[in-house]
Amino acid sequence: MKMWLSQHWQALGQTLKQLARTPLSSLLSIFVIGIAFSLPLGIYTLIGNLQALSGHVANTPQLSLFLRMDATSSDIEQINARLEKFPNIASFKFVSKEIALQQLQHESGLADVVDSLIKNPLPDAFVIDIQPVSPNELESIQATMKKWSEVEHAQVDTDWARRLDAFIRLGQFAVLMLACLLGFALIIVVFNTIRLQILTKRDEIEVSKLIGATDSFIRRPFLYFGAIQGMAGAASAWLIIALGIQAINESLVELTQLYSIDFFIDHLSLLDSLSLLLFSAWLGWLGARLSVAQHLSLIEPE
Amino acid sequence: MISFKNVYKRYPDGFEALKNVAFTIDAGELVYLTGHSGAGKSTLLKLIAAIERPTSGHITVSEQNVNALKKSTIPFLRRSLGIIFQDQKILYDRSVFANVMLPLQIRGFEKKISAARVRAALDKVGLLAKETANPITLSGGEKQRLCIARAVVHRPSILIADEPTANLDVDYAQSIMEVFRSFQQVGVTVLIATHDVTLLNDTRYRTLTLNQGKLIS
Repeated sequence: MKMWLSQHWQALGQTLKQLARTPLSSLLSIFVIGIAFSLPLGIYTLIGNLQALSGHVANTPQLSLFLRMDATSSDIEQINARLEKFPNIASFKFVSKEIALQQLQHESGLADVVDSLIKNPLPDAFVIDIQPVSPNELESIQATMKKWSEVEHAQVDTDWARRLDAFIRLGQFAVLMLACLLGFALIIVVFNTIRLQILTKRDEIEVSKLIGATDSFIRRPFLYFGAIQGMAGAASAWLIIALGIQAINESLVELTQLYSIDFFIDHLSLLDSLSLLLFSAWLGWLGARLSVAQHLSLIEPE
Repeated sequence: MISFKNVYKRYPDGFEALKNVAFTIDAGELVYLTGHSGAGKSTLLKLIAAIERPTSGHITVSEQNVNALKKSTIPFLRRSLGIIFQDQKILYDRSVFANVMLPLQIRGFEKKISAARVRAALDKVGLLAKETANPITLSGGEKQRLCIARAVVHRPSILIADEPTANLDVDYAQSIMEVFRSFQQVGVTVLIATHDVTLLNDTRYRTLTLNQGKLIS
């Protein structure tokens, strides 16, 4: 056990020395992997954030009923009564045209425009929170209410969220494909690096074989090298994304203040980050393993 | 310790390097292997270390049947041997010390223990003062000593040397032979392939002579 540990420790040390011996080319190949990985990783992170946003909105569908401009207070009471009996409604609230105008005045920064209006152009409205239902049910609710004679227009406010959701699904598929392609690229980069290393260490490998080194002893430093390269590449991709997110969030501050919503992009979760590192380490290991299998057997002592 | 029975070695191009070779070397013996160049000396040594496989016949080394060894167990056969190669196979990308360290690294020795052993081996061949030097700066005789140190640092029971005194002047060759004798005296089995006549005049030791692949004495 102690011997096994010490052999692994030695191999790890050898690998780090090897990396330090050619710092520029090591850094370059790590950054190549990092930049390649930052593309799918960035999209993945963004999608995760958008999904959280749209999921939050899409799960509590909202319906706005705009009444006709000439609706009377008895019309309003009738609708009020109908809504109270209506199934699948979580809650609803009446927004009179006066209140709507006040809100517009205060919140949109359009006070001057509103002041200059001669007549209130806004209709009375009901804002209805509907219990989570399927899109089809939502549609039939919308259709039913649209038919009420007092109602001018029934609008589902969450259509955009559903569309976003569809886009996200498409995006997820794109990320998956990109990640597969770039995973292959990582394997190829490591494969090639290890091939060059094996060629430059030909003498050492040959002598080692002659004096009784096992194949696993000879393989070990290369496998460590591949795993470390993969992991370092993923770590640099993670850093690139972290910097990108920071930059975006800074400019988001302005935007979110304007729209008075609370939305910031979060980086990958701890679990996602760890899986990313481990998975890339495994890909690097795989590239090295394939390369070693391919090239080491060609070096047989004579 | 080493025994050959009816060993043939034929290369793919049809050249027969060894024909019906049979001999036995006992533990603790020092034996010379001689013959003109191309007589099959190097092939015979390679068969012992399983660098080459015989076409037919039986080879036993330290009670292991070399013919039957699987590829994965060959490293462990080689670990029981100390080999001095004709072309030396020194690694010039590292110090003298690191060169001698290699066999111990392969065996997974701890650093402290192996450092002490490396120094002991270098001391034995008189190279301790040059442990930090790059092998490229060593003289021909010193390089040969480096090879010996690397071959014995793991204390093998069998020492095999292929032309260890080639290209060395007589005095140097004698002192290198002294080193081999001192190993034989502590119980190591030593097999030296050479065509150095001055060495062979030393009649204390047995000589195996190869002629065109046949053992003639």
